Amino acid sequence: MRILANELIEFVLVSVALLAIGIYGLSVKRNAIRMLFGIEIVINAANLNLVAFGRFLPHSGGQTLALFSIAIAAAEVAIGLALIIVAYRMYNNIDIADFRSLKG
Amino acid sequence: MADAIFLALSVITIGSAIAALELRSLIYGAIALMGSLGGVAGLFLLLDAPFVAMFQLAVYVGSIAVLILFTVMLVRRELIFTMVEDKRRKFVGIALMLVMMVALGAVILDSGIKQITTDEAAVDFREIGEDFLTYYWPALILMALILSGAVTGALVLARRVDEDIGQRAN
Repeated sequence: MRILANELIEFVLVSVALLAIGIYGLSVKRNAIRMLFGIEIVINAANLNLVAFGRFLPHSGGQTLALFSIAIAAAEVAIGLALIIVAYRMYNNIDIADFRSLKG
Repeated sequence: MADAIFLALSVITIGSAIAALELRSLIYGAIALMGSLGGVAGLFLLLDAPFVAMFQLAVYVGSIAVLILFTVMLVRRELIFTMVEDKRRKFVGIALMLVMMVALGAVILDSGIKQITTDEAAVDFREIGEDFLTYYWPALILMALILSGAVTGALVLARRVDEDIGQRAN
């Protein structure tokens, strides 16, 4: 059996870095597609945490939940891109500052 | 040995995550996002989760990245290559990112998870498959419904409402 060469804390730190980068992208970028990139990065940080804890506190639940999370993220990206295409047709732009028809 | 692999994978993951957000062209950004997701798949392999890693490669690097690339290519040319952003907002965002990294990192380094080690065998993927079909079967069916609903919803949303649909049908 292979002994793990890495500790849990290393994976969690990588996950924290990914989370911070994703939040940065989500809060600064005004391009809708780039905001979607930020969401993807945050979701991946969460998945990495799930799998890492599922490995170090041995239980199959971590990997199962990560699989469900990946599938949900796929659905979310499909819907998000469809919304972006609809908004692009309406406003001829993908800058979220231009999407203001819901603004009172 | 594995430590060098881990370092390389984490540098690839974090570096291409930054590149995905900061590269000027959205197409290169999408390709860098693929690199980041592939790096996470490599980290899953290091964590003895080959099934999740393959799922990640198939779903993210395979389908989502292609979906994003096609959407990017549907958008006007100059929108792909221009970046609109406030200077001040960007600095605030970078400060937020650094504060978050340092604060969360300090909390985690100070917490007890440094002591967590394991010498147990990894979870076998047969066990995951068994769980899916026994304990989690309602969730699996719900997931299938959600996915088909999402795909149908995406198709309906992105449909072009033309006036000449009736003519084309004839």
